[in-house]
Amino acid sequence: MLAKGTTMSDRSIVVISAGLSQPSSTRLLADRLADATVTELAARGITAHVETVELRDVAHEIVNMTLSGFASGALKDVLEKVTAADGVIAVTPIFSASYSGLFKSFVDILDKDALVGRPVLVGATGGTGRHSLALEYALRPLFAYLRADVAGTAVFAATDDWADGGGDDVNPLPNRIRRAGRELAEMVADREPSAPVGLYDAVPSFEQLLGGA
Amino acid sequence: MQFGIFTVGDVTTDPTTGRTPDDTERVRNMLTIAQHADQAGLDVFATGEHHNPPFVPSSPTTMLGYLAGTTKNIILSTATTLITTNDPVRLAEEYAMLQVISDGRMDLMMGRGNTGPVYPWFGQDIRQGIPLAIENYALLRRLWEEEVVDWQGKFRTPLQGFTSTPRPLDGVPPFVWHGSIRSPEIAEQAAFYGDGFLHNAIFWPLEHAAQMVKFYRERYEHYGHGQADQAIVGLGGQVFMKKNSQDAVKEFRPYFDNAPVYGHGPAMEDFMRDTPLTVGSPQQVIDRYGKFRDQVGHYQRQMFLMDHAGLPLKTVLEQIDILATEVVPVLRAEAESARPAHVPANPPSHADRVAAGLAAGTVHEQVVAQDTYTGLRAEDSLSS
Repeated sequence: MLAKGTTMSDRSIVVISAGLSQPSSTRLLADRLADATVTELAARGITAHVETVELRDVAHEIVNMTLSGFASGALKDVLEKVTAADGVIAVTPIFSASYSGLFKSFVDILDKDALVGRPVLVGATGGTGRHSLALEYALRPLFAYLRADVAGTAVFAATDDWADGGGDDVNPLPNRIRRAGRELAEMVADREPSAPVGLYDAVPSFEQLLGGA
Repeated sequence: MQFGIFTVGDVTTDPTTGRTPDDTERVRNMLTIAQHADQAGLDVFATGEHHNPPFVPSSPTTMLGYLAGTTKNIILSTATTLITTNDPVRLAEEYAMLQVISDGRMDLMMGRGNTGPVYPWFGQDIRQGIPLAIENYALLRRLWEEEVVDWQGKFRTPLQGFTSTPRPLDGVPPFVWHGSIRSPEIAEQAAFYGDGFLHNAIFWPLEHAAQMVKFYRERYEHYGHGQADQAIVGLGGQVFMKKNSQDAVKEFRPYFDNAPVYGHGPAMEDFMRDTPLTVGSPQQVIDRYGKFRDQVGHYQRQMFLMDHAGLPLKTVLEQIDILATEVVPVLRAEAESARPAHVPANPPSHADRVAAGLAAGTVHEQVVAQDTYTGLRAEDSLSS
């Protein structure tokens, strides 16, 4: 079953950007990764619908949920979108050698099964390329723990990468973004569009509960 | 429709005075609160069960047994009885004893308990919470319904030829509710048995409760206990009232801001918007709670949390008076006038259940204990 108004050739991509400043280079990278994914999906005859979430906009609600246990305000909608997405692009600034606290707080409030088997592309930004491996030792294991399907290419953009030539003459940022977008697009295109799941579809009947006791 | 109060029995420092009651004072306050609620005319008093500080009510039937003797009309209940970490045999015995002592003026609510270490302290594993709730409750019911029980399960030592005493009053077990906030399996369990389901929505948006209640109602009908709208539903609630709503907000805010569960988190106004918490005038409470049936359907029991977060006893007793005199009569009349005839007004009382049992032939008019070996009744030796 497909959500109303979608077809087999439609997919939803949710972009999570944990950038804090305005404008934000994290958001810039997130938008580039989304564009690359949309382009690659279009080349496969698939229309991608992109929703971008700035975690800054729901930062208070994220803290409140860690304290109260339920999502309020716009956060409720954000969690529903992430849970229903066909693909997720998650981009964070690197703070103190890892993802930002706000980014982790958001991941912490996701249901533990929210991203199981879900194609995820990770990206990060930082002052210099010396922080780039944080993607591999921090973000990738985090999403592996959530049993997401993380694209092989993770994209790091240092300040220098935004210069002419992308700060890397051999494999500049635009190339890395295209490759990552292609990988995510392939993963998303290979899967059926995610079906809306009824809240209690998976509840076992009482006979099953009794049998399992 | 019934209206009552429930307590978690927390020992919390009053943030406005810095004073903390000791355990003895807190237990005695709980008794006073229950007795006051009875005198004020509320329908139900329910106590929580906890096995870790800062909570004092570890032994609900001791407390409720005392209250049975010192109150007149109020129904004594629990919120909740831990079906996971208590031995179901002890629950069968203790609550049948309470039922007899209170002459049927009681019911109880099963819950799993969400304090991790309580499970290992009682020899259980929290990851088995649902299977424990399912197996233990199935055994509890058999102990009440069947005279002699042979039983074998996964979590407890087997029973051969066991009879739980005292036998339930008039041969009819107490009415049971199941409480759960997040687990639809528990709503499924309540529906399967035709028991009541109470969603304690106090820390959650009401639409969440509405979804769970809808699921319970559908499954209740599926299992053939009646129509979905005849299922027995309860809700938790939380209010603080003053004649002038601004006074209520001002007086309650320090308790909200420092409350153990939600303190230092969302602003009180946001929490009021998102959850059933209503801080204001009695009329505001009437307006808000009178609309809950639009979301969950006609329901039979509304419980309020009133004595928490360090609120002093005097304030709690005032709140009970406002609730009982200004709010409940209006809400009850509104609910009654809106209720379709086929929907039960109240959860089944002991008398209702005896009458239903007589009609169904599962209960017999006079149960007279006989000596198993001689077949004689106690009075036979006198008359011969």
